[in-house]
Amino acid sequence: MDTVIDIAGLVKRFGKTTALDGLDLQVARGEVHGFLGPNGAGKSTTIRVLLGLLRADAGTVTLFGKDPWRDAAELHRRLAYVPGDVNLWPNLSGGEVIDLLGRLRGGLDEKRRAVLIERFELDPTKKSRTYSKGNRQKVALVAALAADVELLILDEPTSGLDPLMEAVFTGCIDEFKDDGHSVLLSSHILAEVERLCDRVSIIGSGRTAETGTLAELRHLTRTSVSAELAEPPTGLDSLTGVHSVVVEGLRANFEVDTVELGAALEALGHFGIRTLTSQPPTLEELFLRHYGEHVATEDDS
Amino acid sequence: MSERQRTNHEAGTAFTGTSTLLRFHLRRDRMMLLWWIAGAFVLYVSQAVSTDGLYTTQAQLDKAAKGMESNAAFIAMAGPARALNTVGGQVAWQAAAFGAIVAGLMSMFLIGRHTRAEEESGRDELVRAAVVGRHAPLAAAALICLIADVLLGGLIAGGLIAYGLPAAGSVALGMAAGLAGLVFGAVTLVGAQLTQSARGAYAITGAVMALSYVLRAVGDIGNGALSWLSPIGWGQYMKAYAGESWWPALISVATVGLLGVLAVRLFDRRDIGSGVLATRPGPARGGSSMHTTLGLAWRLQRASLIGWASGLLLGGLAFGSIGDDVGDLLGDSQFSQDVFGQGGGTLVDSFYGVMALMLALIAAGFAIGSVLRLRGEETDHFAELLLSTAEPRWRWAASHLVIAGLGSIVVIAAGGIGLGVGFALVTGDSSAILRLFGATVQYAVPVLLIGALSWLGYSVRSAWGAFGWAVLGFCFVIMMFGESLQLPDWLMGASPFRHLALVPAEDFRLVPWLLLLMLSAVVGAAGMVVLRRRDLA
Repeated sequence: MDTVIDIAGLVKRFGKTTALDGLDLQVARGEVHGFLGPNGAGKSTTIRVLLGLLRADAGTVTLFGKDPWRDAAELHRRLAYVPGDVNLWPNLSGGEVIDLLGRLRGGLDEKRRAVLIERFELDPTKKSRTYSKGNRQKVALVAALAADVELLILDEPTSGLDPLMEAVFTGCIDEFKDDGHSVLLSSHILAEVERLCDRVSIIGSGRTAETGTLAELRHLTRTSVSAELAEPPTGLDSLTGVHSVVVEGLRANFEVDTVELGAALEALGHFGIRTLTSQPPTLEELFLRHYGEHVATEDDS
Repeated sequence: MSERQRTNHEAGTAFTGTSTLLRFHLRRDRMMLLWWIAGAFVLYVSQAVSTDGLYTTQAQLDKAAKGMESNAAFIAMAGPARALNTVGGQVAWQAAAFGAIVAGLMSMFLIGRHTRAEEESGRDELVRAAVVGRHAPLAAAALICLIADVLLGGLIAGGLIAYGLPAAGSVALGMAAGLAGLVFGAVTLVGAQLTQSARGAYAITGAVMALSYVLRAVGDIGNGALSWLSPIGWGQYMKAYAGESWWPALISVATVGLLGVLAVRLFDRRDIGSGVLATRPGPARGGSSMHTTLGLAWRLQRASLIGWASGLLLGGLAFGSIGDDVGDLLGDSQFSQDVFGQGGGTLVDSFYGVMALMLALIAAGFAIGSVLRLRGEETDHFAELLLSTAEPRWRWAASHLVIAGLGSIVVIAAGGIGLGVGFALVTGDSSAILRLFGATVQYAVPVLLIGALSWLGYSVRSAWGAFGWAVLGFCFVIMMFGESLQLPDWLMGASPFRHLALVPAEDFRLVPWLLLLMLSAVVGAAGMVVLRRRDLA
């Protein structure tokens, strides 16, 4: 696998607090990688280490095979970044900011710049102080997408965009990916992650909790099953991997570890299945499961 | 009857929440207030202590007073000479002008931080969405400024009375400081309605303060008429310890009232978040200056550079236009000869040597502010976006340092040109242009050093950039009070300005000048090494 971002055992401390505590992250060339985690999990810190703004205390970090701290400027020719909180010089117009950032990245594609401004419906003559949060984000997005780069690092890039603009953004990322480029996308908008990302890393408390394709992650968690049966079911509780069983007459609802789904259905078969719905976990459930680990543990006991 | 009731009712709702906001401000500002007020208190009381320490007999004080009274340089810097043969008169003379500036700066930052800065950041919106009357934020800001200035004036008066100075004079002196603070606070309140940024409001107030200082300096040396146009002058016309005159306080009070009404009128006419001076649309494309961070740094700093350079040019012109009159004022008293005769030059030359030094110290304010743009760029997260491009960290920092360095030279040169041209215009002595220009411009080197120290502080830790202000404050104290406080030589020598010759009274000394230049370069380079190792916010 041709790895664009390779982080292993990354540790970053701020005084006594440990922001990152052995984080791992791999992003392959050509993939859109979702970077998920609760507020304060260390996503932005990781990104700032990748950008060479912060120095790692331990672990290895490589970006295009090089050290992002030492070779920051050189590496930045190949990437563009959109921060979560876009702050722009209040007395510069949006157009000026786009051109400045583009030129500092080593030039921007004039045609794409014009098209993007059109697509994002951005007024480039307004002073940055008068832009709303969404419009500031558009300025940073246009500057990033119009640059000739192979990697986008996006920190909650759509948190201020309306649904129409979010659709425009999604389209742009698809095009970027079609060119064989990579994206690291931190986001809390799970529909967006499901729609765009090939692989996902979920982090919590400065460590990687889970990483893989969405299908792989689903496999690790539970599927909810709801069935109507010919005879009242018994003994579902004792099946391995089955949780939260609720039986009401002929109806049974339960959750099952996805690896045990086959065995559970086989057991249900003995009672004669009339209707069956089985739902793979949504990303949201995956999420809640990792974020609310302790909540889940309490439920089980 | 309903008319009256409605008015009362409206007034009540417009100020709802004022007291809550005020308590909140006091909570946020208590440390800041403590430092400002304690600083002002020390400024005044230390003058009383040092005067008593310096002159043990009345005869000594009489003799010194005689000399000071005819010293134009001191009068230009401090104020009109009154009752200088008393401890009170000495305190009033030495501290009043600077006390007014200290109170003014305190009030400016208080008002700015609770009005325009809050609005700019969007926090004001959050507050106004609560049960808060339309005029409550403005009123709370005005009230905290009032409280701070009353405390400042009251403590000065109380401290001086407790020290044993006459009560009436002490009260007049404290009132003068507090009232000056209120006037400049009210100016800030108006400025905050005009501009859309706190920086803009500070620039307006800073300009008014500088103008007030220059007007009273020129007025005090001349016939005193111009001093009546200056809020600092109004305080000094209260004649603390010299047959107090109370009615000039009314001018200050009336001015505060008028400015307050103007601020409210302007506030009522504008939308929250906008200024009276509207923001025009900008260019759709980045021009040729926006190709590099140097271009960006120039764009971000040019307005401030132009402001500082014009300010120093005007200040220089004002001091320069005092011309030969200095000679008459200085007279031939033995004291003046002692103080100013040291360099071997004439008294006029000595006077202009001190003026050049003062212009340079003011210009150092630009150097520090300009260097600290880096800190602003970092904490506002503009740097984050810039440094995610191919721009190396050192070049981003260097861009602002280049503007700071060259800008400081331009600002000082503007002061020097003003001084020389002003003098030449009045006296007809055109050779003075080059002489006074050179006298001023030589100080570019210690100013660069102060800028470099500020930069080194910033590069170690972003908040430590303020170190530069501490250095400047120290140099200022050394220049103003070093002699009168009889500070030890090693301490005085810590001010880089002390190592240069007082041109034109003395001959330019090249070696210390070159050494300071090299030191600035070393400190600057050290900052670069340190910044490259630091985490950026």
